[in-house]
Amino acid sequence: MNIHEYQAKEILRGFGVPIPPGDVATTPAEAEQIARRIGRTVVVKAQVHAGGRGKAGGVKLAKTPEEARDVASKILGMQIKGLTVQKVLVTDAAEIAAEAYVGIILDRASKKPVFMVSPAGGIDIEEVAAKTPEKIMRLPIDTRYGLMPFQAMELGFFLYPEAAKARAAAKIMKQLYDAFMANGASLAEINPLVVTPNGEVIALDAKMSIDDNELDRLPKIAALRDESAEEPSEVQARNANLTFIKLDGNVGCVVNGAGLAMATMDLVKYYGGEPANFLDIGGSSNPEKVVNALKIITADPSVKAILFNIFGGITRTDDVANGIVTATKQNPLKVPIVIRLTGTNEEIAVKILTENGFSAMTDMDDAVQRAVQLATGGKAA
Amino acid sequence: MSVFIDKNTTVIVQGITGRDGSFHTRQMIEYGTRVVAGVTPGKGGQKFDDAVPIFNTVAEAAKATGANTSVIYVPPMYAADAIMEAADAGVTLIVAITEGVPVLDMTRVYPFVKERGARLLGPNCPGLISPDKSKVGIIPGRICTAGPVGVVSRSGTLTYEIVYQLTRAGIGQTTCVGIGGDPINGTNFIDCLTAFEEDPDTKAVALMGEIGGTDEQNAAQFVKEHMTKPVVGFIAGQTAPPGRRMGHAGAIISGSAGTAAEKIQAFEDAGMGVARRPMDFVELIKARL
Repeated sequence: MNIHEYQAKEILRGFGVPIPPGDVATTPAEAEQIARRIGRTVVVKAQVHAGGRGKAGGVKLAKTPEEARDVASKILGMQIKGLTVQKVLVTDAAEIAAEAYVGIILDRASKKPVFMVSPAGGIDIEEVAAKTPEKIMRLPIDTRYGLMPFQAMELGFFLYPEAAKARAAAKIMKQLYDAFMANGASLAEINPLVVTPNGEVIALDAKMSIDDNELDRLPKIAALRDESAEEPSEVQARNANLTFIKLDGNVGCVVNGAGLAMATMDLVKYYGGEPANFLDIGGSSNPEKVVNALKIITADPSVKAILFNIFGGITRTDDVANGIVTATKQNPLKVPIVIRLTGTNEEIAVKILTENGFSAMTDMDDAVQRAVQLATGGKAA
Repeated sequence: MSVFIDKNTTVIVQGITGRDGSFHTRQMIEYGTRVVAGVTPGKGGQKFDDAVPIFNTVAEAAKATGANTSVIYVPPMYAADAIMEAADAGVTLIVAITEGVPVLDMTRVYPFVKERGARLLGPNCPGLISPDKSKVGIIPGRICTAGPVGVVSRSGTLTYEIVYQLTRAGIGQTTCVGIGGDPINGTNFIDCLTAFEEDPDTKAVALMGEIGGTDEQNAAQFVKEHMTKPVVGFIAGQTAPPGRRMGHAGAIISGSAGTAAEKIQAFEDAGMGVARRPMDFVELIKARL
């Protein structure tokens, strides 16, 4: 789960990271008030889950509270990478003498959180990694011991040769690490970490992503989720315990298991179609899940055919069949449906489907070809 | 022969009285797996289905039965502790089925298990099966048949799909291993390829990968440098948009590293067979046996 910059800053502030004053606004009037309270030049920043906000015009300086209001009125409602800006962060525009990058990511290869720091901050860290890898220090952390003081100092001195600044940075490293661990993060980033003209080390921007698997035990963090910043159908699916991602095609896919779901989408593409979505109904599916899945898929007007691909292991195919029958009785389908199911209780499932006027296929390849043909205007057999 | 498990595998089930644990314990016993003990704290002294003794701790269960393997069906927030408990009790193979284990938990679990010399499979995996010998986990027994192909995969139902197609085409398996889709897991492709290379009965390997990470590229490198047996690979997620999570925490592509194209290229560079569709495995494997 991604959280907004202002939320990440609030968390980091709680761990003692020095961050310039600021607050979040949803109207130009609020932005003006916050700017007045800060009493200096402010920066108004769009709060959306997308990178490249600056380039898209979502980050602007404002010298006066009135200017902050004008700038906020332009940024609020703006579209950045398809997302509507609903909130802006109004924060003190600190003066910058030097910019650095500090990040922690969960690394699959070392199986540890890894610190990445670079004195070349403020820009895209991937670009630094590609062009000047010697300017990045990587340090894997054994979470059983945590970040040790000497390690924090190594990181600090890599950024700043002067001891006072290195110490200040080391302290921030420790605070960032503690925030990362306490909040079940998979990524925590300060970019840039800046030195002000009078020598203070402060965090100007912050980003955190939370491991979804942590949310059950971190209700306060789970509550930070901003559903207005997400695709409505994805929110609906999550609330129904389905994994759903909206895509641009016209073949609606309902599959059990993430790997099989991706392979099904790939096969749709292989046969010249485009998947309308990724949808995993999970392991122990009950008819209710199938009903919800069909509701979400049929709500998408671009779906021209629906494809079920179910390999019954834990999933009972008769549950899926019952779900299809129940759902289509409630809301008769307006588009053709292709059902492929095999595995646990297959005979019962086929009986349920045929009694209710559906036909069932057993081969994945045949079913995908059929669905693509129907979606792309081939006539129904 | 088979890898990791065989007829002598003796299994403890952690979470044997839970909904998933009890269902799959019965399935394992039905398949012929030697399930010798269950663990549910507070139910020690009872018996599961009047047959399998239940213990309060893994240490007690291991001591009383000498079991060498443990399979874990406990809820995600308790899974890390359950894995470490099994490793501490001296079990040498730990299969963690549980989905949704916090990744930071695994950063502590992995070195703990390693230091005790145990092998961890998973978490978030379907387990493994050596047809006609033993199954530990949730892979449906009826889709498998004994034969010369080693199967290793990051996903669940996709593995079933491909194994089922192999079985229908008369191509049997030595062992099918689901390593799981989480970012930090105990056993990777290379561990499995190493085992299949050493297993005299395995004549070819089917490998199913996904987008995200670099495990498949590392596996391809290993195939190129160390494998004498043919390997056929597949990557799921060729149509997945960048940066989106597709069910498995592992299936994320950000930037260039971990795309399907990159992984398929690595397979080709290593001289592996590349299955473009799941059903291509049958012909590609057949041609290499």
